[in-house]
Amino acid sequence: MTDAALIWSYLASEPLLWLSATLVAYWIGDTLFQKAGRTPFANPVMIAVIVLALVLWATATPYAEYFEGAQFVHFMLGPATVCLAVPLQANLRAIRRALLPILAALLAGSFTAVASALAIAKALGAGPELLASLAPKSATAPVAIGISEALGGQPTLTAVLVLLTGMIGAIFVTPMLNLLRLRDWRARGFATGVAAHGIGTARAFQVHDTAGAFASIGMGLNAVLTAFLAPLVLRLFL
Amino acid sequence: MVAALSVILLFQLAGEVVSRAAHLPLPGPVLGMVAMVVALSLSPRLNALVRPTAQGLLQHLSLLFVPAGVGVVAHMPVLAEYGTALALALVGSTLVAIVVGAVTFTLVARLVGSRADD
Repeated sequence: MTDAALIWSYLASEPLLWLSATLVAYWIGDTLFQKAGRTPFANPVMIAVIVLALVLWATATPYAEYFEGAQFVHFMLGPATVCLAVPLQANLRAIRRALLPILAALLAGSFTAVASALAIAKALGAGPELLASLAPKSATAPVAIGISEALGGQPTLTAVLVLLTGMIGAIFVTPMLNLLRLRDWRARGFATGVAAHGIGTARAFQVHDTAGAFASIGMGLNAVLTAFLAPLVLRLFL
Repeated sequence: MVAALSVILLFQLAGEVVSRAAHLPLPGPVLGMVAMVVALSLSPRLNALVRPTAQGLLQHLSLLFVPAGVGVVAHMPVLAEYGTALALALVGSTLVAIVVGAVTFTLVARLVGSRADD
């Protein structure tokens, strides 16, 4: 074997290479996102995923081998979900003050997100596994991935659908709600957090602080509700 | 930070154990999150301990989606076959859900007289 081949076989057998690649790709994505004036079109995760997918394709690396290294980053999704308790608890007072609107909007928004996605996909020919992967897509990624697994979906497909959902929400929310002349920042933020999780929440914080705070409440509550709702609604469509 | 991380992991661990033992639909980390909200409300000391680490981790939340997102490479055939169905489902459901959520919030807030303070 040549030196280069020896080095490559070392790198291919250790998690270091793909762990580093994941961080660097995200770094590139985040830099481009900042440079582009934080437009929701230049989502850093989407950029990182495209960069890594191209690198895997160019080096003919199977996803399983990539994941050997990337799993250390992936693992942190669980602890990060637990950490969502911190902003949620900090907002408990705001939640109590608007309890009824929050509960009503949570139920309506969450149910609409799951049911309308399943109805459209089923009408266009999607099968059970695809529907199971799609059902939890409005919940924040770590939760959605867990739900998808439990429902017999494809967790990695769910991750991509979650990502796209967030981007769609972040791109359209402001022009759409302006058009409808909805001016309550709490309502705008909350609905965005419920339907478009963390990416929508990040967008809401850019637009208005109150919208951001209510978006993180919406995201946190919908993480819990989707876990109950997605299996029930999915049963209606199978 | 080690103490905070230990607490966070223990909440997740407890959540996983309870979720599996009781066959709950909630994923372990979500149960851990719910328990953590309760614990943070009861103990300001725990709150002060966990907060900096939690905020640090949440700042980089989107990085954590990358490995699963790259999984798209394994689903190219599905995405090619059902691309239109998925695109319409995602755009349609997300926009409708935002409108339904925002309208519901606004109407119920008006009904019960809950006002924004700004």
